[in-house]
Amino acid sequence: MEMETTISLLDIRPLVPELTMICVGLIVILLDLIVRKKEVVAIVGIAGTLVALYGTYKLYGFYEPQSAFSGMFVLDGYSNFFKLIFYLNIILTICISFKYMAIEKASFGEYYALLMFATTGMMIMASAADLIVLYLGLELMALSTYILAGITRKRQRSNEAALKYFFLGAFSSAFLLYGISLTYGLTGTTNLREIASALQTLDLNGSPIMYLGLIFMIVAFGFKIALAPFHMWAPDVYEGAPTSITAFMSVGPKAAGFAVLGRVLFGAFAGMQVQWASILIPMAVLTMAVGSIIALAQTNIKRMLAYSSIAHAGYMLLGVITGTTGGLMSTVNYLAIYLFMNIGAFAIVIMLRREGFQGENIEDYMGLSKSHPLASALMLIFMFSLAGIPPTAGFIGKFYVFMEVIKAGYVYLAIIAVAFSAISAFFYLRVVMYIYMKDPKEEVVLTRSPSMSIALAVTAMMVLILGIFPSFLLNLVRYSILG
Amino acid sequence: MLKYTLIPLLPFLSFLINILFGRNFIKDRAHWIAVPAVVGSFLLAVSAFLDVAGGRDINVNIYSWIVSGSFNVSVGFLIDRLSAIMLIVVTSISTLIFIYSIGYMHGDGGYYRFFAYLSLFVFSMLILVMANNFLLMYFGWEAVGLCSYFLIGYWFHKKSAADAGKKAFIVNRFGDFGFGLGVILIFLTFGSMDYMQVFGEAGGIAGQTINLLGYDVNLITLICLLLFCGAVGKSAQVPLHVWLPDAMEGPTPVSALIHAATMVTAGVFMVARCNPLFNLSEVAMNTVAIVGGVTAIFAATIALVQTDIKRVIAYSTVSQLGYMFLALGVGAYSAAIFHLYTHAYFKALLFLGSGSVIHALHDEQNMQKMGGLKKYMPVTYWVFILATLSITGIPFFSGFFSKDEILWRAYLAGDLGKFLWFLGTLAALLTAFYSWRLIYLTFHGKFRGTHEQEEHLHESPPVITVPLMLLAVGAVAAGWVGIPPIFAEHGDKIGEFLAPVLGYPEGEGTHAQEYFVMGASIFVAVAGWIIAYTMYLKKTELPQKLGAAFQPVYKLLFNKYYIDELYSKTIVQPTLKASDKIILGFDTYIIEGIVNGIPNLIGAFSRKLRKIQTGLLSDYGLIMAIGALSIIGVWIFLR
Repeated sequence: MEMETTISLLDIRPLVPELTMICVGLIVILLDLIVRKKEVVAIVGIAGTLVALYGTYKLYGFYEPQSAFSGMFVLDGYSNFFKLIFYLNIILTICISFKYMAIEKASFGEYYALLMFATTGMMIMASAADLIVLYLGLELMALSTYILAGITRKRQRSNEAALKYFFLGAFSSAFLLYGISLTYGLTGTTNLREIASALQTLDLNGSPIMYLGLIFMIVAFGFKIALAPFHMWAPDVYEGAPTSITAFMSVGPKAAGFAVLGRVLFGAFAGMQVQWASILIPMAVLTMAVGSIIALAQTNIKRMLAYSSIAHAGYMLLGVITGTTGGLMSTVNYLAIYLFMNIGAFAIVIMLRREGFQGENIEDYMGLSKSHPLASALMLIFMFSLAGIPPTAGFIGKFYVFMEVIKAGYVYLAIIAVAFSAISAFFYLRVVMYIYMKDPKEEVVLTRSPSMSIALAVTAMMVLILGIFPSFLLNLVRYSILG
Repeated sequence: MLKYTLIPLLPFLSFLINILFGRNFIKDRAHWIAVPAVVGSFLLAVSAFLDVAGGRDINVNIYSWIVSGSFNVSVGFLIDRLSAIMLIVVTSISTLIFIYSIGYMHGDGGYYRFFAYLSLFVFSMLILVMANNFLLMYFGWEAVGLCSYFLIGYWFHKKSAADAGKKAFIVNRFGDFGFGLGVILIFLTFGSMDYMQVFGEAGGIAGQTINLLGYDVNLITLICLLLFCGAVGKSAQVPLHVWLPDAMEGPTPVSALIHAATMVTAGVFMVARCNPLFNLSEVAMNTVAIVGGVTAIFAATIALVQTDIKRVIAYSTVSQLGYMFLALGVGAYSAAIFHLYTHAYFKALLFLGSGSVIHALHDEQNMQKMGGLKKYMPVTYWVFILATLSITGIPFFSGFFSKDEILWRAYLAGDLGKFLWFLGTLAALLTAFYSWRLIYLTFHGKFRGTHEQEEHLHESPPVITVPLMLLAVGAVAAGWVGIPPIFAEHGDKIGEFLAPVLGYPEGEGTHAQEYFVMGASIFVAVAGWIIAYTMYLKKTELPQKLGAAFQPVYKLLFNKYYIDELYSKTIVQPTLKASDKIILGFDTYIIEGIVNGIPNLIGAFSRKLRKIQTGLLSDYGLIMAIGALSIIGVWIFLR
């Protein structure tokens, strides 16, 4: 196979947003040495992200799917929509971390820089049209998040989380590389489009080795998304990591994982839909089951939300399983909604943390409505949305995924999903019950900050707006994916 | 587009602002938000009315919430001649009642809450009226019911008020259940819930039947009867009328707005809106007409002997709503809407006037303890007189024209129509009697209350009397848009205006017949007046004697035909008893078993499963490996 090898400087252009993120990340590290006030560092980080967002928007402005570096890197609606999710994810994360990291005594420049590097990794993943580029992005994201999980160096749980995440992540990377090498061995290419055509021309759709390669890649992506049975790291890491990072990780890497899963399965292995669906269906059912059932027994809210995020990954996976564009769109739509409701919920969790008080037990929420009616109402909105109760966005997310699943003929999957969704309502509503129907044990003081208020306002508004006016987001998703 | 969207949106914003910031910030300034909002709605409604009158119907989808195949949950407005009139009625009366409430609710602890709910009600009512599909109408339908529940039970610390709220809600459940089924059946039949599509295709399925419990039932008839169930509940028709008199426990502005002028007429509006469906089913039409006629006379008889001033007016409302259904049932849709429109003004006026009286007497509602208020409250007295002249159908007052139109159309509608005309005319006699009885007991004669009350008697402040005077203008003049053609060529402006939507009723009679019908209704109006005058002003001992002579009849009427007791014995008590048993047996062991059992079971399972999460890195790695291997293994075995 002949490779186009000339790389011109123009190829850099689609990468401008990624480069911006990297550069600003480096600036942030340097700035940290000079500036006392960490707020400045954080604001520079947000500003850099906004510049990158503007870059993506500008590139999208003369939108024609562009590719660079011999087709290894693409810029299309699909990748740009995911990048929007990543940008929002990092901005909201910085907003909610601000005061919190100060309390945790870990508000270094590196924290913000690593968030930006991790986000860059995700962006590269979303744009990857080649397995090698995909791997590069994935490792950049993974290495940064390993460190972020352990950034509160003095806390043992944080260290433990980082170490576990690192070892298991390395394990999953091995799976990925093995899968890539098998694929390369059979098709002679790592480019997704060429893999797709090779599968046709070489008639590899039924090949056992190809299948093995696919399984290995799915294992690796499943690890990032936290699909059962590759989810074992998630509860421990989510609980041990600083809460802001937990919020960041529960959305960003998951979305990035779905981005590459969708790209690889729909781009390269579209012809093997029957095969990969048969792998993913049991995984999805197991994921929903593990997430919804084990969450019931949790007493720590971060752990509960960790299992909740596993369960949500299961619902999102259903859209991918359909193998239809509509299904993929419903998953992407769900991810965008999940971003707001999940970060919102974590923001409330963070507010309970103060000097000398963890505020991570569900019991800490008892009677919160008596002392903090507004925060309670917000938590109610987020919990309703996570449980999928209308008119919140969570309902819309689930509705469209289930609808696509039924359209694609997997009625039984939709029934199973609704059943688990009903079970999961139990633990979300338990939080609401604690807030509204129990008497307060001790007085809870909330840690407030302006940036936190902004983040809460944005997330809560979006959860309600997208619940009542879902067509805005749906149209954006449709436009992004169908062009 | 924004203009039309703002009509319901303004009251909704007022609701949001008052409910969110009322308790801490707005407090007793709530009317500064609510009144401008409803005035804004009114002005926009007038503008929309002019657009429609200029020949431009508006039918737009504002947005779709969920679209899935043919199932389309969308918010869309249809403003045609029918809804334009409803918009004017709802917003104009709301405006006056909001202003009145400033004075009436002054100093109430939940002032902001009152205006918040009232605004929410106006929003819901406007949605109900403006909807262009059945689902949105259903939303509005349920939302007004909810607001009504909130507002009847507004003084929720009072047990009777809380109970009345519950009663209204539960009784309406019966009707709404049917209404909901009707909407579902419409969707199943037409594959759409959009008015235009449903009405357009209705002709095509006329005569189609479905099998129901072994009987072949006409589909359209079934749909219409189910929808009408909802109307019977919401508009308090026999046999679901029992909630409305109790609903008088709510503050008087609520009685005037919700339980006289607007919400209770929603059923009338709905049937008129669905006229393309009802026209196809004679059975449904006759049912509507008979229920209406029976209700008109039935409620009027009860009103004869009640002593609570608001309850008399409440039964009068039920009776007048009966007239409207009677008109709908004989196909005189525009006459029904005409009466809805005039009734809204004079009935709101009667309620607000009674509110003024109650206010002056410090919450006394028993007419036996009133009397002679004329000299203390001249404004209230005179507006009451005007409203009474109107409701009793004295010529050239609003009520005369609309009631006459209904009776005339009934008279023309065959044998059943003649019978209904007779019922209606008889009810008019009773109406005249109980309305003047109310006036004489309240305003004439000697004051029968306590000495202390007498000292505090005073006319209400302008914030109350000005809305009364404005409503009085409506009560007198609103009917002038519907003058019968025998008096003036093209005098029936409202009928002609509504004709494109509702059709113009067929049937022609001779002038002699028309004068006869009119003469009969004028005769009974005057006769009722004279009887009341004789009994309550001249020979005041007569009521006592009559009551004693016809003890059983009096008791039957005073106890409202024992309907409440009947329902209590046959439905409420057995239900309570049965539910007690169910709670003791079934619920404790089976439901609780399931409700607690499943979570407990899953919880136990969950706690077991949780143990897999050992926290040991090597275990996690092992599980990942086993997972990957089992996927491969399963595939090998299944291949």
